[in-house]
Amino acid sequence: MNFPFGRLEWSDLKPVHLFTHEFSIDNLVGSGAAWMVVIGALAVAVLLTVMGRWGWLWREWLTSVDHKKIGIMYMVLGFVMFARGVAEGMAMRAHQTTALNGGVLSEEHWAELFSTHGTIMIFFVAMPFITGFMNYLIPLQIGARDMAFPVLNQISLGLTATGAALCMISLVVGKFQIGGWTAYPPFTGSTFDPGPGPDYWIWAIALSGFGSMFSGLNFSVTIYKMRAPGMTYMRMPVFVWTALCTSILLVFALPPLTVAAFMQALDRTLGFHFFTNDLGGNMMNYANLFWMFGHPEVYILVLPAYGIFSELTSTFAAKRLYGYTSLVLATMSISVISFCVWLHHFFTMGNSATINVAFGIATGIIAIPTGVKVYVWMATLWRGRIRMTTPMIYMTGFFMLFVIGGLSGMILANPAINWQVHNTQFIVAHFHNVLLPGLLFGVFAGIHIWFPKAFGFRLHETAGQVTAILWIVGFSLTFLPLYFVGLMGYPRRSSGFEDPALLPYMYLTLFGALLIGCALLGLIATLWISIRQRDKLAVPLGDPWDGRTLEWATPAPPPPWNFAVIPHIAERDAFAREKVDGKPFVQPPDYKDIHLPRNTSAGMIMFIATTAFGFGVTWWMWWLVILSVLVVVGWFFVTSFIEHDEVTIPAAEVRRHHNAWIEAISLATPVTRDHETDSRNRGLADTDMVVAS
Amino acid sequence: MSDTATTNENLHPGMNLGYSGDAEHAEVTVFGFWTFLMSDLVTFGIVFAIFATMKDATAGGPGPAEVTNLTSIAMQTALLLGSSFAFSWASLSMKYHDIIWRTLGWLAIAATSALGFLMLELYDFYHMIKEGAVPQRSGFLSALWALVGLHGLHVAGGLLWMAAMTGQILKFGLTDQIKSRITRMGLYWHFLDLVWVGIFSMVYLAGVA
Repeated sequence: MNFPFGRLEWSDLKPVHLFTHEFSIDNLVGSGAAWMVVIGALAVAVLLTVMGRWGWLWREWLTSVDHKKIGIMYMVLGFVMFARGVAEGMAMRAHQTTALNGGVLSEEHWAELFSTHGTIMIFFVAMPFITGFMNYLIPLQIGARDMAFPVLNQISLGLTATGAALCMISLVVGKFQIGGWTAYPPFTGSTFDPGPGPDYWIWAIALSGFGSMFSGLNFSVTIYKMRAPGMTYMRMPVFVWTALCTSILLVFALPPLTVAAFMQALDRTLGFHFFTNDLGGNMMNYANLFWMFGHPEVYILVLPAYGIFSELTSTFAAKRLYGYTSLVLATMSISVISFCVWLHHFFTMGNSATINVAFGIATGIIAIPTGVKVYVWMATLWRGRIRMTTPMIYMTGFFMLFVIGGLSGMILANPAINWQVHNTQFIVAHFHNVLLPGLLFGVFAGIHIWFPKAFGFRLHETAGQVTAILWIVGFSLTFLPLYFVGLMGYPRRSSGFEDPALLPYMYLTLFGALLIGCALLGLIATLWISIRQRDKLAVPLGDPWDGRTLEWATPAPPPPWNFAVIPHIAERDAFAREKVDGKPFVQPPDYKDIHLPRNTSAGMIMFIATTAFGFGVTWWMWWLVILSVLVVVGWFFVTSFIEHDEVTIPAAEVRRHHNAWIEAISLATPVTRDHETDSRNRGLADTDMVVAS
Repeated sequence: MSDTATTNENLHPGMNLGYSGDAEHAEVTVFGFWTFLMSDLVTFGIVFAIFATMKDATAGGPGPAEVTNLTSIAMQTALLLGSSFAFSWASLSMKYHDIIWRTLGWLAIAATSALGFLMLELYDFYHMIKEGAVPQRSGFLSALWALVGLHGLHVAGGLLWMAAMTGQILKFGLTDQIKSRITRMGLYWHFLDLVWVGIFSMVYLAGVA
């Protein structure tokens, strides 16, 4: 079975295992998951066919270069992968309640679960979420019509989807690696794991890594070069500042990961000796490379969430952000210092005490700008007119829980303590404690804020609040007990334990995990209820929350060209000032034709070709590898000879669209903040904010 | 930002773009390419760092002195620097003369020279394989092959790009779009030269010293 299938055997197809292997819960979970992927994919295909939506999907979404649609597609990708990540987390928690002297899942299956869970949650949930937000918001907030490189933007999405697709394929064909999300060699080297698992990981990470690097490039160039006239750096919304810092981090922090992944691939596929045990290989190089990426990655993920929290506080407290300059400086400081702390991820791996202390101190220092941010948000809320709606509930949960997570990080920054708790569940508690409240709550709050902008109707408020509370309680019950479990000595990544005292905690975390499962269903229910009631929740006029930044000065959803005329910016929070002065939404004297880039299938071609490449290398199907490389190179070669044409939106069409919106505004009654969540809110705010403070 | 259209003359001294609208766009694309080069430089920097940590990891196999053929390296250096030099002339002729063949001629010299560089490099690799200095032999050789190979792949990719540019110049002429592309290609080409200077001194000169 060599050509055309390489080393792929029939027995690698996991759905078949349900019938060919002896029945066990372990087999049922593994094979059942594979069946769910297959059935899910088929169900989507059937649904699209029955509804006749393939053409629509292709024309309106997959080939679109509109940054708003690309942003939404990132979010959809993130949610699909999120469902899998949560399911894996729940499976692991269920296993742990049986893990006293054993457990229902085999050790290898358990290891595969925590490896895929970590890989997916970081690279294919958190990354798409923040990339989606940055895509959607950056051009709107800086007053631009699109990204600097719209086609490259679509290609980035394609490459990210490649990584996610390889992870999903690994669930059905063969298996994923079992070395954790960090995949340290030599354990993942060809000597110890010759199978396809580490190869899936390598190519999912390397290929999507290119996509992330190009996203960072695209976003930073957009922010540097495409801002509306008058928007100086210190007039940019805070979210744009955090996005800029994240983009810079992406440009500089992704190369170490790419290099590490490629060297690991050379080791595994061609027998090089970068990280092997013998012939001069050095595993520590991998650890350093991985965390040179890995630590900035933490801030890549959390900085945009900080940006969302900043917009959230000032909007929902109806106050100008307190300490804008300090927040900007804090964000920049974090970006720089994040490159100086990577070694704290392996204090115990043989560094000298001096080096450990230096990195421990740097880690302590990075907490200072983060602390500045928390105070900035608190000071912004102070004496504001706070509306305790869904975003603010997430913010409250974030405040309480994130500070605990941050302080446990300070404990870990001390090398002496780190030696005691390293590799225990304490670490698991810590990083879930910063990533869930820090990143995920920010993303969910952000979805509640900007969903109405993207789709033209609000999310149902009560459903949103119940879901938010479920998230907060579910998180607390699942992960806070792990601090104690860790201090009691339960190692992380261990499939079983021998101390019966741990068992009650395991039941508690399983209960918490079930609540998180309910919270996930709550998100889906919120969406479902909101779609059902979309007429009642509609906010076509575009400004449901009395917003402050430019994106709220457009209809909801915004037209493909974003702005009828590019606004001129005279100060920070320009839209807020215009509203207070009573002259927002003025009609420009004349309109011009607008040129937009035409749809392209570049992203989909890259997605298919690179997925084939990753699959081919993993299974040694060399013909597929060569073919996919030829397609990628050939495509760029050939299309460089085709002149990019543009779609022109005539000025009359822009005028008609803009006038219709202005007219609707003039006919509508503005609503005060007291009626923000009822059906009177059509997206025209009766402004009630303090600009001067 | 938007008011820069009036001061275009000083924006791209190397490109001599004809009219205002495209100059602003060129500003964005050239800046984007600089950003890409920064990222690529980090990539090279990391591979350099890995090489530095592995230079003694010969595991009893061939060391730096055994795999360095300084004559060949000197010739490669001359060829690659010459290629860069020829590319500068291509850029200058693009700026001062609207004659396609003049630019194409210099590009052809640059490409031929770089092709010679690649041939010599491949010949060196062939020799190393014959002597058993394959990357599978030791950590040092893995790092050497990766670093030199990464640069070589960049040069090969650049040659492919140059072939595409030649076709585009013939098809479109020296339009603003093409000028912008050649400017970016020039940045890439000189960048690879700089990286080679690093490889030349750090891998080969330091290796035999």
